[in-house]
Amino acid sequence: MNIHATPKGEIKLGRAARQPVADCDLHPVPNSIRDLFPYMEKRWRDHLDAFGSRRRQGIYQGPVYPKGQPDAARRDAWPPGGRPGSSLAFMQEQHLDANAVELGVLTVINPHPGNYQNPEQSIAMCRAVNDWQVAEWIEKDKRLKGSILTAYEHGAAAVAEIERLAGDPNFVQVFFLSRTAQPLGNRCYWPIYEAAVRANLPIGIHAFGNSGFPITSSGWPSYYVEEMAGHAQSCQSQVTSLVLEGVFEAFPNLRIVFIESGFGWLPALSWRLDRHWNKLKAENPALNRLPSDYIREHIWITTQPMEEPERPRHLLDICEWIGWDRILYASDYPHWDFDDPAHCLPGDVSDENRQKLFLNNALSLYGLDRASP
Amino acid sequence: MKPPRIGAIDCDIHPALPGLSSLIPYLSEHWREMVQQSGLHELESMNYPPGAPLSARADWRPVQGKAGASLEQIRSQALDPFGTSLAICNCLYGVQLLFSEDMAAGLSRAVNSWMAREWLDREERLRASIVVPMQSPELAVKEIEHWAHDKRFVQVLMLVSGDMPLGRRHFWPIYAAAARHGLPVGIHAGSSFRYPTTAVGWTSYYAEDYVNQSQAFQTTLTSLICEGVFSKYPELKVVLIESGFTWLPSHLWHLGKFWRGLRMEVPWVDRPPFEIVRDQVRLTLQPADAPPDANKFERLIEHMQSDKLLLFSTDYPHWQFDGDEALPDGLPETMIRKILVDNPRETYPRLMELVP
Amino acid sequence: MSKHVVAPLADLPPGSRKLVTVKGRPVVVFNVDGELFALVDRCPHKGGSLCEGKLTGLVQSTEPGHYSYSRPGEILRCPWHGWEFDIRTGKSQCEPERIKAKSYAVGVEHGGELNEGPYTLETFPVMVEQDYVVVTI
Repeated sequence: MNIHATPKGEIKLGRAARQPVADCDLHPVPNSIRDLFPYMEKRWRDHLDAFGSRRRQGIYQGPVYPKGQPDAARRDAWPPGGRPGSSLAFMQEQHLDANAVELGVLTVINPHPGNYQNPEQSIAMCRAVNDWQVAEWIEKDKRLKGSILTAYEHGAAAVAEIERLAGDPNFVQVFFLSRTAQPLGNRCYWPIYEAAVRANLPIGIHAFGNSGFPITSSGWPSYYVEEMAGHAQSCQSQVTSLVLEGVFEAFPNLRIVFIESGFGWLPALSWRLDRHWNKLKAENPALNRLPSDYIREHIWITTQPMEEPERPRHLLDICEWIGWDRILYASDYPHWDFDDPAHCLPGDVSDENRQKLFLNNALSLYGLDRASP
Repeated sequence: MKPPRIGAIDCDIHPALPGLSSLIPYLSEHWREMVQQSGLHELESMNYPPGAPLSARADWRPVQGKAGASLEQIRSQALDPFGTSLAICNCLYGVQLLFSEDMAAGLSRAVNSWMAREWLDREERLRASIVVPMQSPELAVKEIEHWAHDKRFVQVLMLVSGDMPLGRRHFWPIYAAAARHGLPVGIHAGSSFRYPTTAVGWTSYYAEDYVNQSQAFQTTLTSLICEGVFSKYPELKVVLIESGFTWLPSHLWHLGKFWRGLRMEVPWVDRPPFEIVRDQVRLTLQPADAPPDANKFERLIEHMQSDKLLLFSTDYPHWQFDGDEALPDGLPETMIRKILVDNPRETYPRLMELVP
Repeated sequence: MSKHVVAPLADLPPGSRKLVTVKGRPVVVFNVDGELFALVDRCPHKGGSLCEGKLTGLVQSTEPGHYSYSRPGEILRCPWHGWEFDIRTGKSQCEPERIKAKSYAVGVEHGGELNEGPYTLETFPVMVEQDYVVVTI
């Protein structure tokens, strides 16, 4: 159980806020992969039983960097008889109701067939996960919205899935994992961007996935703690690629959300990009504006896992430099590095900025506020 | 802003090897012959395409030949304009690119010999890093042992992206040797391209590769900390060279957060990452990657929570600033002398020793 | 400071823990091999309920590659971000001098003595012949 005592003494972080929040990173999980079977043809059920899924890694099931806790979940988030994130009722009580979640954006990363090596399996199972989201979650709780999984390494197939679900109010974004087989600016992904823009959907890019390359530019680190810290680096490479390849020139209406890689790194990257692009711009004449301009206009970022400076005020500088209108609260429920909306943000943030970060930015981005068409 | 002329110590300049032919006199007879037999190409690295605007500032490019290839150029362009009293030479000739450990070791010896004879012997303001064959820690240690007695060599030089993350135990003999001799380990921007320059594959543009160097430094710093290099070698100093530094505070906030919950995985990390960095890691100044707003930059410097971290550098002849504006605007007045003189002296104890 | 009877000892056998409320505060009491410890049920990091955390032992190291494991059952990991706390002292493992979970003195008193006061009793009857867990806040 959670005890929501009003903070006293040691911590002066924030207020015990029960304002409504939009949670932009909520992880439903099937208790077993077989929960997806009703949404898959027999061929793919049999295939899964015989061959499993191939994900550019060696372990048949589970992560190559063992987590810090089972299922990388909070210890108190295990529903009776199930895996963390597998029970809507448990999630409602522990998180959606308790934390006044008004909008919960589902981000299915486990499983995430978009990353599978087998292209046809990837296509079939992305479709299954999307249908499962609707039937088992979104239709059962009106606060929830889904993210469209696609076989993103296989452009045309990904486009087909986006087109299948375009206009479906159950979904608010297209969804990738962040360690893609090529940097995201690469032209192999441009058809997907085009389809997303046509469907008026942002694209959420969430930490993890397997590119098939080591998770750093100098090879494989030893430890899980390094992998966790490293999502910030791989997402910086993705921002760099999107900007310098001219994706935002080609798709002026594209919106991208980076999810679960923290956000403290974005200003320094913007400054660095501006400095060096200024010298090297002849290399790709397609860009007409500063990288930081493209970032400011096209990129949103979620809060979690929120960086923890020794002086909490320093984090608020980062929020100002990014822009309070670009940062989205995310819990990452039910994972262990979860951010509780009542206690995650340092104090003395204005009500207006708090409202933006915790609710309005997401409603606006995902077209769910009154102002959106 | 122009640095005041107070005898600055420039911790990153790049004299250029004119070409392989300049190394010939310093190669062993065997390697001389092998170079001829194989028709070995110049080891120019993709890290700095020779003609790219960043590789050499336009007004530092001579009409013929490479920027920084002559003593005259180094004196008139890198040292004199800033009143520099000492400068550390980091030769970036691409010996780390080769796969043959032995050839890399043979060429490293030649590069260091060339540096000693043609630069250090001729200009008393110059010091140098020992270029080592990263391909083999054993051979790298031999190279360190060979030069360690010459106090004009003040650092061991590695590239940030090699065969595996630099914190891995595979590299520890190098750190042990460096620590033994009181030499900092300088980790310089650049890859030996064993892997793509990102975790997500090969880039399309050089500009991406260059910007991504700061990500390589972030993961490398994570590796050095998490593998326990700093607790194993408490006397060791590591200098991140041409790494940028504006990413440092948020990176440490991020890593520190995870470490507190995952301490059991790496129990030899006995203090917060920020404290380790404050004690044992330094970063050179250029590229400063500063925002145009000096107030934001000043605020970022405050986030760093230490005035000991930055070491003055011009990164000559790479194009990181214009004119003589080698210091970014917004540096607190009280930090300028520390950056220009005190921090480098403290980081490189050998700098103040006389040449034998 | 006042003493509070929170539970019969029989409700807290070795290896167990119990969440109680004392003076309006949630407090988790542990019985480790017969020794009792009490911590506020609130992680000083972000407020996770420590009562839901797993107990483990102390993992230490003299140098990279070396691991020692001692004091099984005496280190509590917060169920959220996994911070380790020594349940004897409340001190965190990551920064013991700076970060700790608030701990309280806790002991066992016999029912007969409790009737003589001065103890604040919770709302259950105290039996003279039984032992009770008493927390001092």
